Amino acid sequence: MSTPTPSSPRIVLQARNIHKSYDDGAIKVLRGVDFEAIEGNTVALCGPSGCGKSTLLHLLGGLDQPDSGDIAVNGVEINRRSNLLHLLRHEIGFVFQLHNLIPDLTLAENCLIPTVAAGIDRQVARDRLHQLTQRTGLSHRLNHRIQKLSGGERQRTALCRALMNKPKILLADEPTGSLDEKTSAAVFELLLELAATEGITLVMATHDRGLAQRCDRLVEMHDGRIRGIGAF
Amino acid sequence: MIFLKLILTNLLRHRIRSFISIAGIAFSVAAMLTIVTILQGAVGMFSGLLSSDSEIIVFERNVSDLFFSNVPADAVQQIGAWQIVQHADPVLFGIVSSLDHPIITCFGITPNDARLRNATWQQGTRASFGQHDDDVVLGERAAEFLSAHLGDHVAIGHGTFHVIGIIKTANGFEDGGVFMPLASAQAFFHKENSSSVITVKLRNKDDTAAFKTMVKGKFKTLIALEDEEFTRSYSQFKILKATAWAVGGCGLLLGGLGVANTMIMSVFTRIREIAILRVSGFSNAQIARLIFGESAVVSLLGAVVGLLIGTAFLFVLKSVPALHGYVDVSIQPLIVLIVIVLSFLTGVAGALYPAFYAMRIRAVEALRFE
Repeated sequence: MSTPTPSSPRIVLQARNIHKSYDDGAIKVLRGVDFEAIEGNTVALCGPSGCGKSTLLHLLGGLDQPDSGDIAVNGVEINRRSNLLHLLRHEIGFVFQLHNLIPDLTLAENCLIPTVAAGIDRQVARDRLHQLTQRTGLSHRLNHRIQKLSGGERQRTALCRALMNKPKILLADEPTGSLDEKTSAAVFELLLELAATEGITLVMATHDRGLAQRCDRLVEMHDGRIRGIGAF
Repeated sequence: MIFLKLILTNLLRHRIRSFISIAGIAFSVAAMLTIVTILQGAVGMFSGLLSSDSEIIVFERNVSDLFFSNVPADAVQQIGAWQIVQHADPVLFGIVSSLDHPIITCFGITPNDARLRNATWQQGTRASFGQHDDDVVLGERAAEFLSAHLGDHVAIGHGTFHVIGIIKTANGFEDGGVFMPLASAQAFFHKENSSSVITVKLRNKDDTAAFKTMVKGKFKTLIALEDEEFTRSYSQFKILKATAWAVGGCGLLLGGLGVANTMIMSVFTRIREIAILRVSGFSNAQIARLIFGESAVVSLLGAVVGLLIGTAFLFVLKSVPALHGYVDVSIQPLIVLIVIVLSFLTGVAGALYPAFYAMRIRAVEALRFE
């Protein structure tokens, strides 16, 4: 793994020669993937369905383990970490295609879940919640149940939840995939804005080339491999 | 607060299922409380019956039931004559039947027995007891179910007896019993010159140990026990209590299976939700706490509702005239505590597998399938 120098951009996510398969090797999803993300950058993972985008995101976030290869988050290899929970609680946030909110809880309660997991002080969590919901335009919806929210509001709520514990890396798996074009564009704008203002490294899997071109880098995947990397 | 809401949310989401689980535990707890309290009450009444104005009971060593105990008459005389003894009263227990009543407890006692002395005489007087062989005094409830009044002749077992008094006592067994002069009872039950037990009151309670030693030294076939000691060690009481707890325990086990079923369904129906909690940083312990918390709420709610149902049921039983004196509604705090702890443990046991299953849910697999 490379060691950052003061003058060089800091690599916060790094994967080397990642292989991943399912069903005892019958389905090979990733075939030797190398990947890097620089601090504060936005990276779009593009490619057809089944090319391994989601799997790569899961591996980068420590939700799954590769069959072989190394993954490092903030310079520390995942398999050398004694406490993977710290990664999920403080270093990485996830947003999925489906909002995956708990329907019976309110917007505020859904957002506060990561703070409960991490044992963050209640008042600190509340302050953060108000800050994020104001920036995402949801502050008037705090006590509304999820069923009462529109699709865009739900996805913005999921975004707030992912950012509650101030992660430095946000992994987004088709975050606008279930939204209409207009809402999708608005949520994506918000995603980019938050990533920029919070200094977050964003890695996003998407089918939408238009959105992908708004990112700093585009990583093209095909059949479990990186086919090309481009910078905009 | 959110943690608690996560627990309650799932219970409220499936209200019918939660209600059925709580009801299962509640009925188990109510059954356990009712059975144990009734039996404790019965044991208490039987103990009270033996310890009427006495503190030591002497009976035949190694008998499984006091009805089979034989204490010779000369032992009563000798013990009664000891300096440290204030009084020693022989009591002969017998069971007979009459028309429509398969079991009637008979007490063969002396006219000076505390049972007669302490009772409220509703009809007749104590002075007339023991004057004729066929005289009997009936407990209030026995008089009621035998439809007998003062001066009537009633058929009891293979004999006919003349009712010379009707008494009311605080003890259900005594209230439903027939009191015969000791000699009549000995003849009736073919136990001439013997009684079932001797109830003894000492002049000085400090002499209890000395008294027991004297009985042991003088009468090889007899044993003397203090009332509390007897209640603790009497095998019939032990069997009754064990049976009560076992029956109650079986009920609670069924309730626990209900909780287990609910919790398994609860985990299966929200695998995706648990996966999201995992992605949000929930540890195995936090996930397990959610599941155990949910089952604890079910079992504790069930326990509270069950205690209320059980207590109400006991009061209803107590108000039934036929059971007067048999049901003791004084619920012991220890029993309540044991019932609550047992139901809580049942809930926890019921949540073991669901919690284990929930801890093994892998977020990535649960989220892969939309």
